[in-house]
Amino acid sequence: MSVQNLNTFDPFADEGDPLADNANVGSTSDYIHIRIQQRNGRKTLTTLQGLPTEYDPKKLLKAFKKEFACNGTLVEDEKMGQVIQLQGDQRAKISTFLVENGMDRATIKVHGF
Amino acid sequence: MSEPLFDPSLKKKKKKAVAFTEDPLGADADPTAPAPDTIESTTINGEVVDLGPKTAHEMMKEEIGGDDAAKAKEEDDFKAMFGDVKKKKKKKEIPLDFGEDSGIATPVTVAEPGAEAPAGDDDFSDLKKKKKKKAKAAFDLEAFEKEINQSKAKSGGDDEDEDDVPVDTSHIDNIDEAELGDDPFAHTDAPSGVDAGNEAWLGSDRDYTYSELLTRFYNSLHAANPALLSSVSRKRYTIAPPQIFREGNKKSIFANVTEICKKMHRQPEHVIQFLFTELGTTGSVDGAGRLVIKGRFQQKSIENVLRRYLVEYVTCKTCKSPDTLLTKENRIFFVACESCGSRRSVNAIKSGFQAIVGKRSKIKA
Repeated sequence: MSVQNLNTFDPFADEGDPLADNANVGSTSDYIHIRIQQRNGRKTLTTLQGLPTEYDPKKLLKAFKKEFACNGTLVEDEKMGQVIQLQGDQRAKISTFLVENGMDRATIKVHGF
Repeated sequence: MSEPLFDPSLKKKKKKAVAFTEDPLGADADPTAPAPDTIESTTINGEVVDLGPKTAHEMMKEEIGGDDAAKAKEEDDFKAMFGDVKKKKKKKEIPLDFGEDSGIATPVTVAEPGAEAPAGDDDFSDLKKKKKKKAKAAFDLEAFEKEINQSKAKSGGDDEDEDDVPVDTSHIDNIDEAELGDDPFAHTDAPSGVDAGNEAWLGSDRDYTYSELLTRFYNSLHAANPALLSSVSRKRYTIAPPQIFREGNKKSIFANVTEICKKMHRQPEHVIQFLFTELGTTGSVDGAGRLVIKGRFQQKSIENVLRRYLVEYVTCKTCKSPDTLLTKENRIFFVACESCGSRRSVNAIKSGFQAIVGKRSKIKA
């Protein structure tokens, strides 16, 4: 019979570098940001920024456009890289689409009102 | 064998009238309650401590079994854990001489019907039998004594308290009523059953897992003082709803920013910066301290954004308290909780990609 209670555990044991495997902890670069912007009138723009490199933004844009029945474009930004820009408020649709296609909900951040 | 061991301690307990603050502890200390089993087995065998692998809990028991003057104190705690010291006290006031013993006997009975019969869980069936016997035999002292001895012999391991019973045969008359009053073990089953139900280890001789003991602790804790349960729903943190007016066609005015910032103990600049990045717009603060936001925004949407701000920068992640301080050190913001003392870094407010809205020719110019 093994006794749990007497198992020794060294609380000061070296745990190694907590950031070893993930250098950019605290940076927001690993999030997918979905934002909204108001245009004139009731019109809005939805932007998707921070797409992981394993996804092809062009194909994703095509899928978005087809799925959401909206127009959109791929914008090249110096800092943010390629950003998908869609017409209208597609935030909820984008996030559900991404989650359904195997993305982790925790990595998706929806901004705006 | 065990009687002499426990007697002195018991007497001490009488004099001391154990601190009541330890009562609540009794709940979580329950698992140690079935101690007598092992103690007595060892004492009966004449050996002190011979069981190979020991849990810490078993060791505790043995310590108590070992019983020095010093350990008498532990004993006290132990007893206190068993339940109603108060009741014991009351009994004490009866004749001191034999009151001691009667006092000993009664608390057992009292304590068990009380909160949850912590001690009895293991050998409850035995106890029951015994009690019934006692009740019957109460008048016939000798028979009673015999029976108890029998039952003791039969069920080797019992409560220490039980073993003290035979000593007090001379004044069972006193106990009598008490015992009869407490006799209804049927009741006691119910409360103890609640606890006993989830004690999966009772059937086997395996060790308890940490989670089991933890749930048991919380169960009994909440049973003992339900006031603790409501700690979650204490005073709710409220903030006045944002007042949003429309200025013209394209601007919204957030009238009570400063008020809300004050309530949250945050710099208005920080809150405003967050609002602007979240909403993806710009704006300014006018002379009256109101925030003018470009674009049309509903009160509800601003409220949502503020809520997100609260979660991100105000409430403590550890204790959910809104009583926090935001400080900046080396370009990194830290939130320090005033109520629990925890401290964590928070993301700086970073504006993301801003799509170009409006005429591009205007921007170029």
